[in-house]
Amino acid sequence: MANLTLIQAVNDGLRTVMKADDSVVVFGEDVGPKGGVFLATEGLTADFGESRCFDTPLSEDGIIGTAVGMAMNGLRPVAEIQFQDFIFPAFDQIVSEAAKLRYRSGGQYTAPMVIRTPYGGGIRGGLYHSQSGEAYFAHTAGLKVVIPSTPHDAKGLLIASIQDPDPVLFMEPKALYRSVKGEVPEGEYTVDLSTLRTVREGGDVTIYCYGAMVPVVERAAAQAAEQRGIDCLVVDLRTLMPLDEEGVLEAAKQTGRVVVVHEAPRFCGYGAEISALIAEHCIEYMEAPVRRVTGFDTPFPNTLEHHYLPDDRRVLDAIESVYDF
Amino acid sequence: MTDMLTVLAPDGATKKGFEAGLPDEELLHCYRTMLLVRSFDEICLKLQRAGRIGFSIPNLGIEATQVGAASALRKTDWIFPSYRDFGMALYHGIPAVEMMHNMFGNAEDSAKGRQMPVHFSFVEPIHFYSISSPIGTHLPHAVGAAHASKLRGEDTVHLVSFGDGGTSSLGFHSGLNFAAVWKSPVVFLCQNNGYAISCPSEQQTASDGYAVKAEAYGMPHATVDGNDLFAVRQAVLEAAERARRGEGPTLIEAVTFRMGGHSTSDDPTKYVPAELVEEWRQKDPVDRFRRFLERKGLMTPEQDEAMRADTLAEIDRAAKAAEATAAPGLETIFSDVFAEVPDHIRKQGEFLFDLSQRRGEADAGDGEFPL
Ligand SMILES: Cc1ncc(C[n+]2csc(CCOP(=O)(O)OP(=O)(O)O)c2C)c(N)n1
Repeated sequence: MANLTLIQAVNDGLRTVMKADDSVVVFGEDVGPKGGVFLATEGLTADFGESRCFDTPLSEDGIIGTAVGMAMNGLRPVAEIQFQDFIFPAFDQIVSEAAKLRYRSGGQYTAPMVIRTPYGGGIRGGLYHSQSGEAYFAHTAGLKVVIPSTPHDAKGLLIASIQDPDPVLFMEPKALYRSVKGEVPEGEYTVDLSTLRTVREGGDVTIYCYGAMVPVVERAAAQAAEQRGIDCLVVDLRTLMPLDEEGVLEAAKQTGRVVVVHEAPRFCGYGAEISALIAEHCIEYMEAPVRRVTGFDTPFPNTLEHHYLPDDRRVLDAIESVYDF
Repeated sequence: MTDMLTVLAPDGATKKGFEAGLPDEELLHCYRTMLLVRSFDEICLKLQRAGRIGFSIPNLGIEATQVGAASALRKTDWIFPSYRDFGMALYHGIPAVEMMHNMFGNAEDSAKGRQMPVHFSFVEPIHFYSISSPIGTHLPHAVGAAHASKLRGEDTVHLVSFGDGGTSSLGFHSGLNFAAVWKSPVVFLCQNNGYAISCPSEQQTASDGYAVKAEAYGMPHATVDGNDLFAVRQAVLEAAERARRGEGPTLIEAVTFRMGGHSTSDDPTKYVPAELVEEWRQKDPVDRFRRFLERKGLMTPEQDEAMRADTLAEIDRAAKAAEATAAPGLETIFSDVFAEVPDHIRKQGEFLFDLSQRRGEADAGDGEFPL
């Protein structure tokens, strides 16, 4: 066991699979000698050589398009998109190509590849270095969407994603890169995709969250317990597509009061899917309307980002409102 | 590499028969603008290191490209800049304090504190188009705006500036292709400053330089010494004249060098060889222009020193004024999404005001920008 930050766990995960499997190649903008702008790939070129970890020209379309080609022909590409905000030039390659290749070729061609990308706010990056675009991608059939929130899960989910037979968008909460630390096993291990993590047990209110919102929810849940004696069941979704729907419904039934938290905008956000699932399948268990705590339906601001991002104040407000309903 | 246009030698001598075609006060204005850019960088670096602003983009080494290009444009022309171009705005008289408002993201910022630092947007006294972070997206915008000018029969020229990395973007291809087909009045200015963050030019393209790419699109091109203000000015002037005559776009590659990091958060010593930096230091564009002014009898060392102190003081005043300006109000999160605030967004705004009253203001935190 080593005590690592989330970004160190990502680096460790990459090293672990690169050692075990020669077909894994890591590439993207500035991932080589510089080690990535967040240093996720630090030292990989030095340790594995330029054919295993390399820089590309400045084209996300090129990065993802070539990853699809590598994946269909025997490599396991792990492509980095420097900020999730810059993934959109590759939207076509992801949505029309990587995600649909297996289906359209009847399984003759596949794209087992991982796209790693930092997402979310918290670094005063304004409109284009802060977005949470998971809903665009979870809406895309054929693409898996994974978001870790702890160093342990970051490594285990990343290895599972790289070994997965399908394309995976691996969204890393940049706000947690260095702000969380935790025990990470050495060597290879996986965390199964499409499994939930119970962050905190409780019987009063169920809160669903993922990525950078997990620690925010944990703080709010602790305050709810302390100030009001409300016990929250906190669920980290970890894999948004394919979602463990049974697990989600189970958790809702346990309390009958639900809050969903994400930093992406509310309208058509991932919280809408969770709310709809509950409305469709277990409305009879509900004691209160589902509450969503989300970013606003506006672009991401810069100076006022702390007002935009859901914080423990806003989560606590929602917990109390469903509890007191 | 293709022939490179140079007019001004490192010792400040100009080619035989060269005529700047600029009055003395204009030459001094060019020099002062370059010093303003340097002062702006210097002060922003200090502010960033002190944690008073989050981020800044250094321009050290590329000042002549910005100012040379700007000097070839009229106030009625449009500039579609990258984030490393604000010398163009300063040249055309946009006050430094307007930029400092953006650096601090305060209530006076034209973008209302919504954008990161160095993402300026101005409409007066020249159109200096709102900077977007995604690389290359603004090239087709320049072509569209130019097409509009052309359809109205105006002689406006649209200059779009981007880095060597930008040539790999989708927008570069669409932009050049459309402009050439439509014969749009556009000047494409590629600032080849050696690196795209850490990616050296050799890994960005296998072409012999960037200018040559124009041939495939069917447009003329020029390669100029980007540390030579006169060479840049001449190439842009010629391209602009061609555009005004209705003869279409030109691609200009200005060969220069980013002497500092990509941004205040980048450590270039990890990937830029020290010898290369030293080599380019000898070609410093500001020193070069100063020597020219000295030879022409327009500048003494004392005058130079006074001008440097003066520009530094101007930027310092601007920074102080901007820092003393209040942050934008909460309502700016919700306005300007649409022309009219829709009901659901209005309700979200009302919720935030109400929440802040009931549970106090959000904690500002200390997010740090990594790149
Ligand atoms: C589409 C897109 N991808 C990635 C980035 C991240 N990024 C910011 S600047 C930069 C390098 C740009 O290099 P270049 O175009 O040469 O301009 P320079 O910074 O050298 O002036 C990168 C990769 C971005 N802003 N947009």
